Amino acid sequence: MFADYSITELTSIFAMQGFAGLILFSVFVLMALGLAIIFGQMGVINMAHGEFMILGAYVTYLTSSLFAEYLPSVYGSYFFIAMIFAFIVTAALGALVEWSIIRHLYKRPLDTLLATWGLSLILQQLYRTVFGAREVGVTLPDWLMGSYALSDSIEIPINGLFVMGLTIFITVGVALMMQKSRLGKQTRAVVQNRPMAAAVGINTEKVDRMTFALGCGIAGIAGSAFTMIGSTGPTSGQLYIVDTFLVVVFGGASSLIGTVASAFTISQAQSTMEFFLSGSTAKVLTLLTVVGILMLRPQGLFSLKIRR
Amino acid sequence: MHSKSKTFRGMLRRRFLQNLLAVPAAVMLANASLTAHADSANTTGLAVTDKTVTVGILHSVTGTMAISETGSVQAEKLAIEQINAMGGVLGRKIEYIQEDGASDWPTFAEKSKKLLIKDKAAAVFGCWTSASRKAVLPIFEQYNGMLYYPTFYEGLEQSPNVIYTGQEATQQILAGIDWVVKEKGAKSFFLLGSDYIWPRTSNKIARKHIDKLGLKVSGEEYYPLGHTQFNSVINKIKLKKPDVIFASVVGGSNVAFYKQLKAAGIDMTKEKPLVLTISVTEDEILGIGGENIEGAYASMKYFQSLTNDNNKNFVKAFKERWGDDIVIGDVTQAAYLGPWLWKAAVEKAGSFDIDKVRAASPGIELKTAPEGYVRIHENHHLWSKTRIGNAQADGQYKIVYETKDLIEPNPFPAGYQ
Amino acid sequence: MTKIQAFIGRYQLSHLLILAALLLVVMPLAMDIFRLNLVGKYLTYAFVAVGLVLCWGYGGILSLGQGVFFGLGGYCMAMFLKLEASSPEQTAIQSTPGIPDFMDWNQLTALPWFWEPFHSFGFTLLAVILIPALFAFIIAVAMFKRRVGGVYFAIITQAIAAILTILIIGQQGYTGGVNGITDLRTLHGWDIRTDSAKYILYFINAFLLIGCLFAARYIIKSKLGRLLVAMREREDRVRFSGYDVSSFKIFIYCIAAVFSAIGGAMFTLQVGFMSPSFVGIVPSIEMVIFCAVGGRLSILGAVYGTLLVNWAKTSFSESFPELWLFAMGALFIGVVMAFPNGLAGLYQTYVEPRLQRFKKSSDPALASDMDALKTAEIKPNKTKDTESAAEEYSHAGNQ
Repeated sequence: MFADYSITELTSIFAMQGFAGLILFSVFVLMALGLAIIFGQMGVINMAHGEFMILGAYVTYLTSSLFAEYLPSVYGSYFFIAMIFAFIVTAALGALVEWSIIRHLYKRPLDTLLATWGLSLILQQLYRTVFGAREVGVTLPDWLMGSYALSDSIEIPINGLFVMGLTIFITVGVALMMQKSRLGKQTRAVVQNRPMAAAVGINTEKVDRMTFALGCGIAGIAGSAFTMIGSTGPTSGQLYIVDTFLVVVFGGASSLIGTVASAFTISQAQSTMEFFLSGSTAKVLTLLTVVGILMLRPQGLFSLKIRR
Repeated sequence: MHSKSKTFRGMLRRRFLQNLLAVPAAVMLANASLTAHADSANTTGLAVTDKTVTVGILHSVTGTMAISETGSVQAEKLAIEQINAMGGVLGRKIEYIQEDGASDWPTFAEKSKKLLIKDKAAAVFGCWTSASRKAVLPIFEQYNGMLYYPTFYEGLEQSPNVIYTGQEATQQILAGIDWVVKEKGAKSFFLLGSDYIWPRTSNKIARKHIDKLGLKVSGEEYYPLGHTQFNSVINKIKLKKPDVIFASVVGGSNVAFYKQLKAAGIDMTKEKPLVLTISVTEDEILGIGGENIEGAYASMKYFQSLTNDNNKNFVKAFKERWGDDIVIGDVTQAAYLGPWLWKAAVEKAGSFDIDKVRAASPGIELKTAPEGYVRIHENHHLWSKTRIGNAQADGQYKIVYETKDLIEPNPFPAGYQ
Repeated sequence: MTKIQAFIGRYQLSHLLILAALLLVVMPLAMDIFRLNLVGKYLTYAFVAVGLVLCWGYGGILSLGQGVFFGLGGYCMAMFLKLEASSPEQTAIQSTPGIPDFMDWNQLTALPWFWEPFHSFGFTLLAVILIPALFAFIIAVAMFKRRVGGVYFAIITQAIAAILTILIIGQQGYTGGVNGITDLRTLHGWDIRTDSAKYILYFINAFLLIGCLFAARYIIKSKLGRLLVAMREREDRVRFSGYDVSSFKIFIYCIAAVFSAIGGAMFTLQVGFMSPSFVGIVPSIEMVIFCAVGGRLSILGAVYGTLLVNWAKTSFSESFPELWLFAMGALFIGVVMAFPNGLAGLYQTYVEPRLQRFKKSSDPALASDMDALKTAEIKPNKTKDTESAAEEYSHAGNQ
């Protein structure tokens, strides 16, 4: 298939393809990070994760409308504000959900799964009632939608660069927070031994709420960023949910490193196969490989050594 | 918005009346029979009384397909209200029962059964995806109902119980390809679609046609429904350098595809490569954003920007009924035709009886159609023109070409299967 | 103790007989064929719900992929019926007559090899049972032998459901894609679309369901049933006692899969088509909620729960389609938070004491057994996972 092309063409395509794989990797990490934090730290599977992401997207949409209306002069920079708003709003909703539903169900993790599924149904219909059944178009600042010409034939999408940068920023931020900050240390203490943590004066309920809010907030940021590459509609969250769960399950569901590693593996496999085979086949092969590996190693790539 | 518009319904009705006076009353062709047959019309076993006739509307208002089907519901309701304002059908007001298919094919089957058996609907306007149509088709055939199906679709079907008011694939595709070949000098094509029956059949037809013209297909790709990552295929397109990207991506994937295409530095206004889509109506552009698809071409039978009087009145009435910021796409218009075509057929038959309506349907013409003029073919599809629109930044299409004659529908195209 | 068991036997048997009478006599008499056919469709979901009672309620294994087995069973039946509907005479207009229409649309020119055996009805019936059972067995062995469980098992089964959906949709030449396998007409020349056929299919369906209920009741009452509860509460203790825990889990998971598959096959027969929308995540989780509403510890509750939720769905969505999703979501949250034992739990708390009082006057000995029974039945529900059970245990140990 490459006989007809010159060497320069091929190198530039491979460079761009490598980049496409990295973008996919960033997207996967961003999608899965929030879910992985909540599951890894709290053992709760948040089935409404996709809906939290779309909430972030809707917040971005509202912010962009606001800026277009009142602050057209600084429209180009609204996206950063929108992401901060998205984080705050989704984190607040997350805290509310934790307070009203999740905290009553910590002893029944399977039931949180059902309850958050119910929550996702409600949120979907809520978006439909409020924003209408149609997708909304989020207008992006022009500087985000272009591409950066590295050489004559290598063009890098700027929104891809942006997503990559954002992913690195958030991942490093989360890792630092978990290792260094007071909240991070408290969280780890609670995960490792809840009664002991409580005994030394850590407010475990507060830690739980903060962790859940943080996971939801990251989902909100992800949703906000994905307005650059995807659609914003009441059911758009469902588009991401399968990939998200696969990444988390494949990574072992409990460690951030596992999530990152699994996102990397899946994204590289998928993007390489998409290039050499056709799109649908690539997806099916990727999924089959993932399932095959899960059959041999159901605990995922990285897992905590716990005997059940 | 819904309840608000309901409160104003009385006022709106009056306004419709005024609008409709402006509409040439061509559908009145069976006016004479209007009262003559009224007595025998009640005896069909359908939900018909001296004052009313009941029809069904069956679309998804919840679930993933609600995005697309909302417009069709609005169009059908508008048509029914307009018909009622003109005095109804055979002197009877149309009442509708709306059911939700919930984007779930078995639910469509269950609800269509309910509409036909319980509600005895004289006609059903509905369905959007091929899958939902396939699910209800055996039920309409078994219980002898009448379905008006609005979406452009893959063809390969011709049921006595369905009137297809959208285009079948050859009507939509062939004219589009001919146009890019003739006007834009296109030599090579890259076919890209979502992975299900409609894009696959459409691309099969496109490929055969391109082969016949002696031109080249440089790639053919399918992505799962709901796929959101198109960077790899965009790289492939860049490598293959086709003259035309022939796109039949649907749903949320559409948004992702066009945004990523633009971000990858493919400026569609430069037409290198040119994008020709058969799946993006004005409705979809709402989600994609006009600035992200500016310059692409679409091949379909209706665009909101059509300038004939029928369409001006239609767009005006539609906006008055459903709000100013609404857009109207190809399928929405096709859905609007359904009730009118049914009314014309009922009046020609002088009865609501399904068999008589069916017998009367071929040859029914609609001079008031927003798309201009349509006529029902023997095979239950519509004769229609195909137009090429160029997407503008404001989310509308500028019409750059329309076929001279009506194109004959051909759901089983010889040589394209 | 034996007296209690005898009582459970009698008491559950009478409830089962009431349900049987309801399904076999009351409903067919009270409803026209359209509504009855709908009930028949709902009852096919009840097979899944009963299976979930066994593996989730008793075994503590929550599978969010039961739609996979429902779908597999349904597809096996649909393949047989589709082949019968695709005789060369009926498909004469195709470019390759004699193969299903969707294959023709996808340029297939010969029947794929795995479709061939489905010409035989006997093979199809076997396949309806065995293919899902085998599939469940493979999943279960891979998971349970490695002691994967709880939430993790739930999301893996969910991923499997998602993957199978994508596979079926992607391989549309072989599977009918997103449309599914539609337009099924006859079974050995017997038209399954007529009203009389629907009556017959309804009764077959109801009998099969009652059969499954008896089987489930037998399992629950057997030693296996008590072992399952023991495993759910303290898996390691059962293991230390020398039992091979994973084998029991594998067995019960396969049983649940077979129940679902029977439901799927009956669904195909009664509704006349099968589509990938049953295999995915959404229907799988909906079926869990049917079970949860009925009461995850009650096989009869699962049937009533399924009927109730679906009846509500149908009537709600006829008048307020938008509200339905709110109601459904609230139902999920409400049942989980306020009524973890569902309808059966409500029945036990509010209705039964009255019945008991009524009976007390006639048979005081029985009533005291009843109290013992209640504590035995309800107590396990309070703790759901091994972790909290472990906590309780350590508390108990301290005392």
